[in-house]
Amino acid sequence: MTTVTTTTTSHVVADAITMLRRNLLHVVRYPGLSMFTILGPVVILLLVVFVFGGTLGAGLPGVDPAGGREAYLAYVIPGILLITIAGTASGAAITVAMDMTEGITARFRTMAISRASVLAGHVLGNTIQAIVAVALVLGVGLLVGFRPTATPLEWLELAGFIVLISFAVSWIGVAMGMQSKTVETASNLPLILSLLPMLGSGFVPTASMPQWLQWFAQYQPFTPFIETARGLLLGTPLGWNPLLAASWAVVIAIGGYAWSMAIYERKSVR
Amino acid sequence: MTTHAIDVRDLRKSYGKKVVLDGVDLTVEAGTVTALLGPNGAGKTTTVHILSTLVRPDAGTAFVNGRDVVRDPAGVRAAIGLTGQFSAVDKLITGEENLLLMARLRHLGAKAAKARVVELLEQFDLVEAARKPLATYSGGMQRRLDLAMPLIAAPSVLFLDEPTTGLDPRSRHTMWDIVRGLVADGTSVLLTTQYLDEADELAGRIAVLDGGRIVADGTPDELKRRVPGGHIRLRFTDAATLDTAATLLTGSTRDESDALALTVPNEGGVADLRAVLDRLATARLEVDDLTITTPDLDDVFFALTGKTEKETQS
Repeated sequence: MTTVTTTTTSHVVADAITMLRRNLLHVVRYPGLSMFTILGPVVILLLVVFVFGGTLGAGLPGVDPAGGREAYLAYVIPGILLITIAGTASGAAITVAMDMTEGITARFRTMAISRASVLAGHVLGNTIQAIVAVALVLGVGLLVGFRPTATPLEWLELAGFIVLISFAVSWIGVAMGMQSKTVETASNLPLILSLLPMLGSGFVPTASMPQWLQWFAQYQPFTPFIETARGLLLGTPLGWNPLLAASWAVVIAIGGYAWSMAIYERKSVR
Repeated sequence: MTTHAIDVRDLRKSYGKKVVLDGVDLTVEAGTVTALLGPNGAGKTTTVHILSTLVRPDAGTAFVNGRDVVRDPAGVRAAIGLTGQFSAVDKLITGEENLLLMARLRHLGAKAAKARVVELLEQFDLVEAARKPLATYSGGMQRRLDLAMPLIAAPSVLFLDEPTTGLDPRSRHTMWDIVRGLVADGTSVLLTTQYLDEADELAGRIAVLDGGRIVADGTPDELKRRVPGGHIRLRFTDAATLDTAATLLTGSTRDESDALALTVPNEGGVADLRAVLDRLATARLEVDDLTITTPDLDDVFFALTGKTEKETQS
């Protein structure tokens, strides 16, 4: 019994890597889903900057109405990056829900693979996709004229936060995929996450919102996420935001992990 | 602890108010094939799911390869392979990649993995399709891959839940040969099937499951003998001989469709047959034609499941 347990434990990492390879192979073979997670935020970015940007930018505090569009581009980029991360949760949820209906998960469960390895494969795969998606969306931002003021150290810190937040959101995406009875539900449920940057400081300052919404906007996780990215990219005051963002990310990751693990046992049998 | 490949005692499982398993007892000797036969909803798949650690039983004990499925699922998982009723392959990658995935999860070395995958692709006639995505596979090809998946690491106990459903006759025979080969190498197999010929062909023992209980258990021949319906049909050259024979052989009945034929019940033993022939020979009665009919598993299946609940529960 003890030998079995120890072998299993030492295989957790190897199995997680095997599952990650499988996940990335899916992305290479069927890139459609991943393309969508990049295309969506790019369309929103172009739309809000070139269609709404002039007016929205002029309304930002302390901005010269003539330079509204440029000011808004700078303001909205952190929100767009967080929407990108939130959007990848759909991909994770769909992939997981498909696995659950395909019966392959039941096969994995009859093998001596730890539950954590199966789930970690999905989470790590999605985290990598999210990082690539953020880099590409940021690239589009730079192309249309976004000029960040970040120092190399700040870039490094930003990268760290992107990884951490992507990892946390991926766990939630995986849990939502587990929770969903159908692939359709799995693709819709994570849309709630994509709304959060809009209900925070992503698109307009929270101070411009009605009182009741302001309260929600200030205390939800995406506001410190966005404020941290904004501070690191553009030098706005960071305050407690990095600490809050990191804490939220850890809480969300642990919550998503616990949620997924709890459902995994009872859901993977047809 | 036990030396049986599978040892199940008083296994119970209910989903809500619906009792699926109502005290199942079952043993499978190491290195043999046991078929679990039963109508839809009898609890075959639930039994397989409990034994392969997918479902926890409500009560009772189940040991697979000497390991407790509830207390030591990891120990059980290391020793088993399962091909379920539903396809459990990754449809987004190729057949070869599916098998390599299994090999990696069984921690075969890279070299051993490749060799084993090539071997299985050949054995299951999937060489040509190996590098094609599963979307292009026919139902039979996908099923064959499904069956190859758990064999990557030669499991000691293999569960096959309706393995040949949807296969063409040739693929079914290939599958049977493969199962026989595995058993010859020492694998123990628990097979559920709807096809009675499959059970007859492969299984050394058959357990009939009905209403969540094992209602009969034995070799195919033992089961066939338990079912009435075996008889000898004698045909005579003239009516006079027939009349004499009819009075001589107790329990015989005249055939309705053939005026010269007589049916004698036979429990299936050679001794019974000899007794009948001896009596006819002593009386110097000439027999024109003789046929022996033994019940097949279909008769067993119909006799033991469904209608006869009350008798079989004793």
